[in-house]
Amino acid sequence: MTRNQDPRSAAAPDSTLGTAIRARVPNAVLMLYILFLLLPLYWLLKMSLQPNSEIVGAFTLYPATVTFDNYIKIFTDSSWYTGYLNSIYYVGLNTIISLLVALPAAYAFSRYRFMGDKHLFFWLLTNRMAPPAVFLLPFFQLYQSVGLFDTHLAVALAHTLFNVPLAVWILEGFMSGVPKEMDETAYLDGYSWPRFFVKIFLPLISAGVGVTAFFCFMFSWVELLLARTLTSTDAKPIAATMTRTVSASGMDWGLLAAAGVLTLIPGALVIWFVRNHIAKGFALGRV
Amino acid sequence: MGWMAWTLPTAIFCSAVFAMLALMAVLEKVYPTVLRKGLLPIETTRGDRLFIGLLTSGFIHLFWLAATEELSLVWASAISALWLATLLRWG
Amino acid sequence: MEKTYYPKAWLMVLPVVAIVSFSAIVPLMTVINYSVQDIFGPENRYFVGMEWFREILGDPEIRGAFQRQFLFSFAVLAIEIPLGIAIALCMPRKGPWVSVVLILLALPLLVPWNVVGTIWQMFARPDIGLLGIGINGLGIDYNFTGNSIDAWVTVLAMDVWHWTSLAVLLCYAGLQAIPDAYYQAARIDGASRWAVFRYIELPKMRGVLMIAILLRFMDSFKIFAEPFVLTGGGPGDSTTFLSQYLTTMAVGQFDLGPAAAFSIIYFLVILLVSYVFYQVINNLGKGVS
Repeated sequence: MTRNQDPRSAAAPDSTLGTAIRARVPNAVLMLYILFLLLPLYWLLKMSLQPNSEIVGAFTLYPATVTFDNYIKIFTDSSWYTGYLNSIYYVGLNTIISLLVALPAAYAFSRYRFMGDKHLFFWLLTNRMAPPAVFLLPFFQLYQSVGLFDTHLAVALAHTLFNVPLAVWILEGFMSGVPKEMDETAYLDGYSWPRFFVKIFLPLISAGVGVTAFFCFMFSWVELLLARTLTSTDAKPIAATMTRTVSASGMDWGLLAAAGVLTLIPGALVIWFVRNHIAKGFALGRV
Repeated sequence: MGWMAWTLPTAIFCSAVFAMLALMAVLEKVYPTVLRKGLLPIETTRGDRLFIGLLTSGFIHLFWLAATEELSLVWASAISALWLATLLRWG
Repeated sequence: MEKTYYPKAWLMVLPVVAIVSFSAIVPLMTVINYSVQDIFGPENRYFVGMEWFREILGDPEIRGAFQRQFLFSFAVLAIEIPLGIAIALCMPRKGPWVSVVLILLALPLLVPWNVVGTIWQMFARPDIGLLGIGINGLGIDYNFTGNSIDAWVTVLAMDVWHWTSLAVLLCYAGLQAIPDAYYQAARIDGASRWAVFRYIELPKMRGVLMIAILLRFMDSFKIFAEPFVLTGGGPGDSTTFLSQYLTTMAVGQFDLGPAAAFSIIYFLVILLVSYVFYQVINNLGKGVS
């Protein structure tokens, strides 16, 4: 670590007023940024509570007539709410598969050298790079030929293409932060590898597992093209259901907005559960 | 497998890629590679040089296709082969 | 950390290789096969060699789209990464507000991409949207459906809104991993705020910044649903990015051969730029810390 010694900054302490203002600046910046994030979301919430005629009729800052019709329609129409259930099902399945296969691999990358390790690591990343449009047709045919078309497993497997590399990548960073002496001590104490991994190692990197789970959930939840291509009715995701609101009578903005608001909730719950893990931070020990 | 739309040239191409991977694995077993600094600005292993060489060869072909009208691609392949050999030896 | 040489570690990586290869290799080989053929149907296809590649590379519209795409992706990186670092530095390190701020930050990430476009379409409308009315109220003539520059800036603002949080979350997690002892040592040395950032915080964030930069580059280079819904690529072709051309070609006109050749060129470009980023960031950090 190089330390830059600047005597001036120590020799000339700021006035109390200056320090007070400087302490406020980050908060102000953060609040402005969050305001910028929330305004479009407020617009979505506002639209979801308005009838369509009011949405396109005139500019209003808040709904003049509050209606819950849009939400009632989603919760009573099975073609709508099964969309949510399907999405949650395959997203959950994908998160579990991604974590299960990524954990041992990330351990191997963080602890060992083996033939082609660096190239393998980069190859995993390349799977995020393929532009989807043309790849959709072979994906469709591949999953149909193995009999998985229109199942939740198909979407979960297809999403591992970009989630597993990401999971390996993030977990490897966390695992490198755990000193190797930890492993060696455990072996000396007579732990077998699987027992060591589950009993000692996993709790140490629980922060990493939480963060990874959130990212897997998030990327699988918002992905639309693959999910729509690999399903027709039984496993149709909510994002695909939403495209139906473009009907002959024009856009049903209110219904679309209500569905949009509801898509935020599962993810918000996930991040609520992993919030302490993110706050604890990545221990990216490679640095 | 009919939907995969195989043609003879692409089949040869894909087999060549897999064969190359297998060859590199065998070579690695027999003569393990060492990290070294050559013409390239970064330290590379044999595999790195091969990857960089193949990727740039891909772009040599693309530039050839973009810049010439009907000239045969064989020339681009010849340039790429030379470039790849240089890179593997001195890169 | 010194790593041990252990060939059997391959067994731990095998499940990942298997599950990713299943979805990765067969479709990739199929697209390579498509790219050298003129395809009319499953049994009705003709080998055309490298013709499609030549056609795509010579197409001025696609060349233009490549330029727009690069400009857009670099604008995205130039705004989102520094902004993400700045916001992460502004966040409270401890306390009850951390969870609330984290959830608020994560919200835009959780919106399905087509809905992002819809939100901004309504939000930016000059007649009934808050943003459109607000900007026009400031005396600036703004209409994203009619003016190319307005449309381009709106797509960029939408992407910043959508994805900066990713960089913030990653950087914040990286910052949280710095032990307090480092900051105390810096204070004793009398290090300036900039020195703390440059020699403590930035090196510790290198790993997460690499993830953020590569993810944002790859995803912004493939951006499709958001601008498609927001502007439909217009006005003119000012916000028509590569993916939209590709999708029109592959799905709209069902020109599988040219579209496959286009995909491969597209993929090679992303591969090259990502590889350069990967090597540069990996090697930049070696001198420091």
